[in-house]
Amino acid sequence: MTPMRLYAGFIYLFLYAPIALVVFFSFNSGRYAMDWQGFSTQWYAIAFSNELIVRALRTSIGIALATAFLSTVIGTLAALGLERLKGVLRQLFDALIYVAIMVPSVVIGIATLIAFVTLFDTLNPTIEWMLGRRAEMGSWTVTAAHVLFNIAVVILIVRARLTGMDQALVEAAADLYATPFGTFRQVVLPLLAPAIVAGFLLAFTFSFEDFIIAFFVAGPDTTLPIYVFSSIRRGVTPEINAVGTVVLLASLSLMLIAQALLRTRRAAAKPAVPAAGAR
Amino acid sequence: MSRQRSLATAAGTVAGPHEGARAGGRSPLITALLISPAALFFIFLLILPLAVVVIYSFGERAPAGGYAPAFTFANYLNLPARGKAFLNTLTLAPLATLITAIVAYPMAYFLALKAPARWRLLLLALCIVPFWTSQLLRYYAWMMILGSRGIPSWLAAIGIEDLRIINTPSAVLIGAVYGFLPLMVPPIYVSLEKLDRRLIEAAADLGATPLSSFMQITLPMSLPGVATGSMLVFILLMGDYILPQFLGGGKVFFIGNALVDLFLQSRNWPFGAAVSVALVAIMFATIVVYMRFVLGLSGQRRVALV
Repeated sequence: MTPMRLYAGFIYLFLYAPIALVVFFSFNSGRYAMDWQGFSTQWYAIAFSNELIVRALRTSIGIALATAFLSTVIGTLAALGLERLKGVLRQLFDALIYVAIMVPSVVIGIATLIAFVTLFDTLNPTIEWMLGRRAEMGSWTVTAAHVLFNIAVVILIVRARLTGMDQALVEAAADLYATPFGTFRQVVLPLLAPAIVAGFLLAFTFSFEDFIIAFFVAGPDTTLPIYVFSSIRRGVTPEINAVGTVVLLASLSLMLIAQALLRTRRAAAKPAVPAAGAR
Repeated sequence: MSRQRSLATAAGTVAGPHEGARAGGRSPLITALLISPAALFFIFLLILPLAVVVIYSFGERAPAGGYAPAFTFANYLNLPARGKAFLNTLTLAPLATLITAIVAYPMAYFLALKAPARWRLLLLALCIVPFWTSQLLRYYAWMMILGSRGIPSWLAAIGIEDLRIINTPSAVLIGAVYGFLPLMVPPIYVSLEKLDRRLIEAAADLGATPLSSFMQITLPMSLPGVATGSMLVFILLMGDYILPQFLGGGKVFFIGNALVDLFLQSRNWPFGAAVSVALVAIMFATIVVYMRFVLGLSGQRRVALV
């Protein structure tokens, strides 16, 4: 055991022990944190028969699915379009992608909150007159805000794959009298598929785990992170360990699948985003 | 939190060399159709809202909270009222970044130069995996560990009484190192991994001690990686909310916490808008400085994390 190995071991312990602790205490039969009373799975039963948790989970899954679907479609289209774009417009768009990703979540939350409130204040008299109800914030505003930054993520991922794609394949298809759409469907799309699916999974996970943007624009709706946040604030509750364990497992598996897809070195595509930053 | 990872994605996805538009009957109409949905989202949910924030920052608080139109610099002149949040953020975030870099460096060094080659990528991936899990849960775990039933109670058992860690700057620092280590290791790893080892061998042949060849070759050549990691960690920390909320417990708060308070509790939107503008300005200044001094010097490639 060299000192370096020892150090590495210590780092892994540091990184994983806290996560393991949450999982461990989700099987605690006692109700206090850090006070082991014996093995039990009761908190899973209690958590998943809790109406509020189940509803929050449903809301979160709904938002995440809608976000993943919309941002994958819109982002992939945009990535394909941007390949064809040059000049100032292209640079402007690239800058926007980075702004969407760099501006802190808190500020995105605030900006979208103000935008929605201003919009609703202006439009609601008309909407109320026409439809007899008012537009309000809720899951759909959260979805809109999530789609915004996940479009940027999907564009970056799909574009990385697109850049690595061998143009000769597209040209060969054209030489063989494929229509542009036929080329797209039979050559480009299959090559992009891993990146698109990875983008979908990433967008789903990012949306599912977002707390701060939803905190601003969810209105009366409660997402799972909002529920978890407020129950942690009220005091540590053992239910949260159980919910947390399930969420950890789910998001880890999604991310691992996304990683595996991004690493597939198939055909002409070079690895899009090497998982661990190598090379 | 999720967006933090997307930032890592952004940094990771090398933006360069694009072939751009290719020749051959490409209709601008189709290009426009492909891009317009994304463009609409960017215009209505990014540019306009951010513009509105800037406009609000020159306004006044309406009597019942919210915004009343005005043109005043009062909100910006009032920024010192939240000086504590700025001070905490601008001292703890750089300090945490520095500590994270110091902790990450030996780890990256081990992975890049000492670990068995066939395990290297797996071991590196293991460093990153925690970053994919919910930030809420990871800091919640540290609330348990640093809380009164955690480390302080173990220390009490060996005679060190009444140590309070949670809700102190130390707790926020520990949490920051924990939270952002996975983001700091990979860039340093990459810069060390591509280091030409013949340089070190040559130095040894010429009689350099391991220490001096480390100080004169390895360390300087890996500094771009350290800078990339530090920039990522620093700007993410500056905008953080959950970390100070959970581990600082309202006693150690960052700009993000001040913003949530201003918008959701005291409802002083114009002042909150001015604070957001100041935060974003500081972040972009950091990025510009990074680009100028580091990226320009080394041409270092960026790193992937997602």
